[in-house]
Amino acid sequence: MASRPERSSALVRRLLTAVVRAPEAATTLSASELDLALRLARRVRLLGRLADRLNRAHLIDALPDAAREQLASALVVVHARLRVTQWELDRLARVLREPPQMRVVALKGCAYLLAKLPNAAGRVFADVDLLFHERDLEEAERRLVARGWHGTKLEPYDQQYYRVWTHELPPLVHAEREVEADLHHNIVPRTGRLKPPGARLLEDAQPIAGESLYRLGDRDLVLHAMTHLMFDSDMADCLRDLVDIDDLLRHFTAADPAFWAALWARARELDLARPAFYGLRYATSLLGTPVPDTVLRRSREGAPPPPIVWLMDRLVPRALFPVHPDAPSHAATFARFLLYLRSLWIRMPPLLLARHLIYKFYVRRIRRVARPPQSPRGAPGPKA
Amino acid sequence: MTASDTPTRAVADLGAVEFAARLGGEGLGVRLGPFDAKLRSDVAEIVAPLYHLYRDYTLLDGDDRVFNLHLGLVTVRKWPRLANAKVRLIVDGRAPHDDLPVGQALAVLEWGLNLVIALRAHSWLMLHSAAVERDNGVLLLPAWPGSGKTTLCTALVHRGWRLFSDEFGLIRPSSGEAFPIPRPMPLKNESIDVIRAFAPDAELGPTIPNTRKGTIAHVKPPTASIRAADRSAPVRWIVFPRWSAGADLVFDEMAKIDAFMMLATNAFNYEMLGESAFTTVRGLVGNAQCFRLVYSDLDRAIELLNGLAAHDGEPT
Repeated sequence: MASRPERSSALVRRLLTAVVRAPEAATTLSASELDLALRLARRVRLLGRLADRLNRAHLIDALPDAAREQLASALVVVHARLRVTQWELDRLARVLREPPQMRVVALKGCAYLLAKLPNAAGRVFADVDLLFHERDLEEAERRLVARGWHGTKLEPYDQQYYRVWTHELPPLVHAEREVEADLHHNIVPRTGRLKPPGARLLEDAQPIAGESLYRLGDRDLVLHAMTHLMFDSDMADCLRDLVDIDDLLRHFTAADPAFWAALWARARELDLARPAFYGLRYATSLLGTPVPDTVLRRSREGAPPPPIVWLMDRLVPRALFPVHPDAPSHAATFARFLLYLRSLWIRMPPLLLARHLIYKFYVRRIRRVARPPQSPRGAPGPKA
Repeated sequence: MTASDTPTRAVADLGAVEFAARLGGEGLGVRLGPFDAKLRSDVAEIVAPLYHLYRDYTLLDGDDRVFNLHLGLVTVRKWPRLANAKVRLIVDGRAPHDDLPVGQALAVLEWGLNLVIALRAHSWLMLHSAAVERDNGVLLLPAWPGSGKTTLCTALVHRGWRLFSDEFGLIRPSSGEAFPIPRPMPLKNESIDVIRAFAPDAELGPTIPNTRKGTIAHVKPPTASIRAADRSAPVRWIVFPRWSAGADLVFDEMAKIDAFMMLATNAFNYEMLGESAFTTVRGLVGNAQCFRLVYSDLDRAIELLNGLAAHDGEPT
């Protein structure tokens, strides 16, 4: 076998950044590099994006058969998820636009989809996320439940967890469909370190042409993407969320020269300076997002103490980028564990966190004893 | 897929020692119908049976190629109970399901291949169906688990039919053609002895007891079927089989609309493909003769299906 002079983590980053920033690079990679790039893109939910970009550039047919096959399959999945997500949004909007009127803001993927932003193309949509004024949340839930949606987390602890501590209701799903709808009143948990004013985000939202739903303003959309990645996840294999930030920044700054000037003031106004600092830092360093020096300098106001920045610089890339599937890395496992702890830490105050973890620990233990281990789905069923 | 490798080598050309070395090291590249797979395993127990079952497959030499799927088995020993070793299925570095007893490793590998294909191969319409071919006509046997589809399929390929698959009816949506993916066929429980009696020449892998589907033994596809795995064919007959103890033989031609509904609900990825699945299934039932088969006697069922092919599709 050929020696591997390039470290596997460097290889992973080189291949993924290549196919994210310049999908046509897929045609110039060696076959073994393309093989790895496809596996990595699949892992971080970017295979659909790659397939979409290559398809639009008419480059899929230039690739080896096994790559074409996987990319064609990825496009089928993209279209299927798009179809069910559009339908779910249509059904939700139909119920939610009934009088009395309430403002409903589509978040994340659904906002990109309805507003036709560039990162919607090739996206594998999952849940539908909607933002409401807190006072409207109960009415929204009541209407949906009356029309066939039902909760999926029914245990009293989970109900309380969602309703009292988080920024969303327990997920709802319609009896005849599979797409989960998450109804939010803010973009970070109630118990979290950041306190962005949810009502403010909602009031400054923009109508979407031809839709009854709204979306966040351009800057708020970017700040939400940054907050979601840095303050509402453990970042493991979340490269797609950084790609969202990169895509959105490139898109909005190309269309609106004044975008940068007001970004920082808005970040501070919404108490999102910290996620904005991190978002800009890692988008520029890992994906080469073009951010003016003045903005980067200004963003240091949002930075944590230098030792924390030093540590995060070492942890974040190891979590966002996947590990080489054939070369497990202890450093990456440890980095991800630390970021997992951080994700809990920033979501709840210590005592609440302790209580939550103790409860979850016991529930898991008790369930494991009471229920036999889940059987594998070897021969796939019809819903595979 | 159709890329020609010159010269083509079979897995057996590696020899048992090199086979074991690849499986435990860099990985074994092997062509499974339209899918190029790379398999890795550190489970010593499956090397010999796997070599036996896979020896006729096209070997994919060299590292500089794109594979459709990478699949691995890793032995997991929980200290200090060294005796209770388990096997973990690894797909691209992740374990899609819980570990299983190491004695079931071969079945875990085969199920794992099914799982990955079913979840990923959406450029195909995937029917949950056995498929066999004769005189350039494919007989689809779509059925739910427990209806005896694997047994019927194994019996047919030991009576002159070419194996396409006992599990996946792979249909190209663009052409409606069926493509072969001949793989070891897992017989369950009583079927093992039924086939041993029906086809004494059938080559069986090890008997694996106590799996979640009972006792399993894999039948090696005939060499000729594996060698012809790049030859697709149109679907000529669709027969929905059901084995029922003591039942009289029933063989009725079905209305197309009923066959359509049964085939559409039988597909793994009908909803995923959407409109192209509808068009493809409509084309399949439109161009094929569709029957319902209930049987208890394997010999009579085979005789009947052989007669179907002999009549070249004329109504019986």
